[in-house]
This record gives sequence, C-alpha cells and structure tokens, in this order.
Amino acid sequence: MAEMMDAIQKSLLKEVAELDALPVGAYNIRANGQSAARNTTASIDIVTKQDKPGIDIIIKPGTKNQSVHIPVIISQSGLKEMVYNDFFIGEDCDVTIVAGCGISNCGGEDSRHDGIHTFYVGKNSRVKYIERHYGEGTGTGKRLMNPTTVIELEEGSRMELETSQIGGINDTLRVTRAKAAAGSALIVHDKILTEGTQTAKAVLSVELNGDGSSCDMISRGVAKGESRQEVEISIDGNAACSGHAECDSIIMDKGVIVATPKLTATNVEAALIHEAAIGKIAGEQLTKLMTMGLTEKEAEDMIIHGFLQ
Amino acid sequence: MLKLENISFITDEKDKEILRDINLTVDDRFVAVTGPNGSGKSTLLKVIMGIIKPTTGRIYLDGEDITDLSITERANRGISFAFQQPVRFKGLRVRDLLELAGGKDKKGQESFRHACDVLSEVGLCAKDYIGRELDDTLSGGEMKRIEIAMAAARGTKMTLFDEPEAGIDLWSFQSLIRVFENLYRETSGTIMIISHQERILDIADKIIYLKDGRIAEYDEGSKVMAHLPIDLTAGACAQLQKGAQEKEDR
Repeated sequence: MAEMMDAIQKSLLKEVAELDALPVGAYNIRANGQSAARNTTASIDIVTKQDKPGIDIIIKPGTKNQSVHIPVIISQSGLKEMVYNDFFIGEDCDVTIVAGCGISNCGGEDSRHDGIHTFYVGKNSRVKYIERHYGEGTGTGKRLMNPTTVIELEEGSRMELETSQIGGINDTLRVTRAKAAAGSALIVHDKILTEGTQTAKAVLSVELNGDGSSCDMISRGVAKGESRQEVEISIDGNAACSGHAECDSIIMDKGVIVATPKLTATNVEAALIHEAAIGKIAGEQLTKLMTMGLTEKEAEDMIIHGFLQ
Repeated sequence: MLKLENISFITDEKDKEILRDINLTVDDRFVAVTGPNGSGKSTLLKVIMGIIKPTTGRIYLDGEDITDLSITERANRGISFAFQQPVRFKGLRVRDLLELAGGKDKKGQESFRHACDVLSEVGLCAKDYIGRELDDTLSGGEMKRIEIAMAAARGTKMTLFDEPEAGIDLWSFQSLIRVFENLYRETSGTIMIISHQERILDIADKIIYLKDGRIAEYDEGSKVMAHLPIDLTAGACAQLQKGAQEKEDR
C-alpha cells in the first residue's frame, strides 16, 4: 500500500474499491487531491492531464482480461475538487474498470468531489465498470459528490455499469449519458440508499442511435428517514433498437421518491419499455422473516440488503 | 406439547367470530387440521405462530405461556410456519433464506450443503435454484416448494404448514409426503398441517375437524375420517385428484 496513506484513507480504499493492498494491473489512487500511487502496464497507460485536474487512461486495442483501478479518497475536511478522467478503450478489448470515491469528513467544512468520467469504447470491446460511492465521518461538514459519466459506444461494443451509493453522502447529483452505435449494448445497474436528510438525484439518459443497439437500465433505491431521491431515466430510440428501463424503489419513514421514466421513439422499429414502482416493505415480507427468527429490524435490514444486492 | 385454552378470535372490522372458545392439547407428532372453507383453520395456525393475536385465551408451549410472545420469540422457541401463499422478495435469493432457515450454528459449506439438501428434498435441483431470486421469475409451484423447504430446513419442534399441497402437482405430492416423513423422523417435534388431501389425512396421527370456528371433532385419524362429511374428502376436486392418483399408482 502506498506509504503516504493513513489508516482512514486505507479504510476508505477498502470501502470503495475492496482493496487491502495495491491492486494487480494498472491503477491510479488519488488521495486528498494528489496522486498517491500509480502503475501502468504494457497495454494500459495512465497520463496526468496538463490542462486540468485528472487523468487519461489509454487502453490499447486487443487488451483482454485486464483491470484498471482508479479510486479517489478524501479525508481532509473542506477539500473540494473537480476531476476529469477520460478513458480511451481501443477496439476488441475486454477490461474491468473499478472507480469510486470515499469521503471521510470529521471536520466542520464541506468536502466535495465532482468527477466527469468520459468513456470512448472502441468497436467490439467489452467494458465492465464498477463505481462505488461512500461517505463517513462525524463532523458537521457535509460529504458531497456529483459524478457524471459520459459514454460513447462504438459499433458492436458493450458496457456494463454497476454503480452504487449506499448511504453516507449528504447530497449528490449523478448523471449518466450514453450514445450507442449499431449493435452496441449498455447495461446499467444503479443502487442508491439515502437516509437522514440526504438528497440524491440520478439522471440516466441513453440515445440508441444505431440499428441493433440496446440498453437495459435498472435503478433500485431505498429512501429512509426524511431523505429524498429523484430518478430520471430516459431512452431515445432513434434506430431499430430495443431499450428497457426500470426504476424500483422502497420508501420508508418520511422519505420522498420521485421516479420519472421517459421514452422517446423517432424510428418505427424502436422497441422501448419502462417500468417504475415505488412501495413500502410489505408487511408479509417482515412477517415471513420473523417466523424464521429475525426481529422486525433485522428482517427490514435483510430485505433492504437483498433489494440493493 | 401445545395447549390452547379458551382461544377465541373476533375480527376488528366485521366483528365476526372466527375462532370460538378453542380448547386443545396437541401431544401427537403429526396432526392434520381440516374443515370447510372459512372454518378458521388458517387463523388457528396463525394464532399459534403469533401472527394473529387472539381476542381471549392463553397458549402454552411445553408448559410456557407464549400468548404474549412475539412472532420472533415464538420462532426462536421452536415454532416454524409455511405459508399457504409464499411471499416473494426482490433481490433475496433462495440460498439467503434457506441459510437463514438452517440457523446461525451452521456456517459456510455446511450451511450451503444443508440448503442444497432441503431443496433436493422438495424435488428441486439445488444447482438450478440455489442462486435464483425469490421474485416473480419463480412460478407459484416453485415458490410453494421452496416455502416448504424453508420450514423443513428449520427442523424445529413444531412446524405448521398451511395447505402445503395447494399448487403442488401430483408428481411433487410424493416429495411432499417424503418431506413430512423426513421431518417426522429427524425432529422429535410436532407437525401440524392444514389439509383437505385424503392422503395426508390418512397418515395423520390425529385430525382436528374445525367447523364454524369450533372444534367439531378431534380424534385419531381413522375415527375422524369415518365421520367426515362427504363434501370434504369426496368433493369434485378431491375425487378428481384421487382418480388421477389411482391412475398414476396403477
């Protein structure tokens, strides 16, 4: 592990990237606005941007079964940063990219990380992208994150996103925008849990521009306490394509959830579907788990954990 | 031993008396509960599990008054319940609930093996089902078998089944009987089953026949069977099931 990292930073790294030690393959660990550790490989290069904060991740064509980890951790109260990371993925690649941000704020000032990740996915490449957001700390300063993900899928490519934010972040605006060329596919699984007075807004939009392109976007949310969540999912079907969007939410306590699916078809061959559901935990679900020995609170936790699994 | 004293239950909404002054001591191993629709069978089992609180009366399990205990406390004292209509959970997998049913003392591989064993017992291939979500991708029949497997997996001293045969086809009916036989053999406990199925009533040590919220008969299976009204065991559906089974047996 990079020697300059302290215990809090290492713990954050574990939460966002499941890393106990430096990962295998390429990585760039950003801690409190500085690069804390970096490794490149023969096929994956990482270059610091000269004109603005951030990095370019360049993956050579034909790179298979390799991974890139680029976690960001902030433990300095009051730190605010805006980072631009661009991913250039060549043709015929098969890679996993693990990103995420952890903020530990024990101070009185707000800590904030805004990031724009832009992916250029080359022809016939497959990318799995995992992004976790996590916040902790007892200070009065807020933990704020505003991630934007921009994706351009070239012909025949496929990108699968698993994004999650399970508590700890006071306020977030998560934006994902994608454009899909012919034969490409986008799969999104987005999970979010808010509690207390947290607010979260997720905006996911996809343009299916090529024949045979498709998307499957599933958003699952749990709003506890007095928290508020908004989810907007939109699909534009501009070719002979198929798209599916699903917003599924559990509302608890005095939470507020707004789910807005939107479909636009400009081509007669576009087949688009959306589903949206908001509901509380069903009484019979709690009863069932209680007949198996769990308390009501344990049953509730198990249902939420499973829902966001 | 389970003992019910003067149990009655009156619904809040319609002021209807569903159970009327039930006095019952269950000390046999395999007890079937039968009776016409609306006679109070499901309510009786739910009162025992603690899902429904009786309007009057007391319930004792092995001498302990459990009337005021919660569902959780009763579950932890050794009562299990298989619902007539299994509940679905988005995100939770078959494995999650079977491992919960298997208990905290089983860990890792042992817990996994136990979950696989009980699935096989209800005629489901563990490999195909263990990782499935308990959502609407499973059919009613599959959910029902998993529900039965969960109750059996707990292996508690009292297991309550609410119409386990409903929604189960004839092939798996054989598996169902085997589940009861295994549970009977492996636990020293009591199995109470709500059933209209003659083949289940036939193997019961005792049958409780409920009518209009009262125990009309409670005796050895063969004695109660001899008195059962024709519409219960020889109704059109029962006859059809019996005929199909006889054909299968031949």
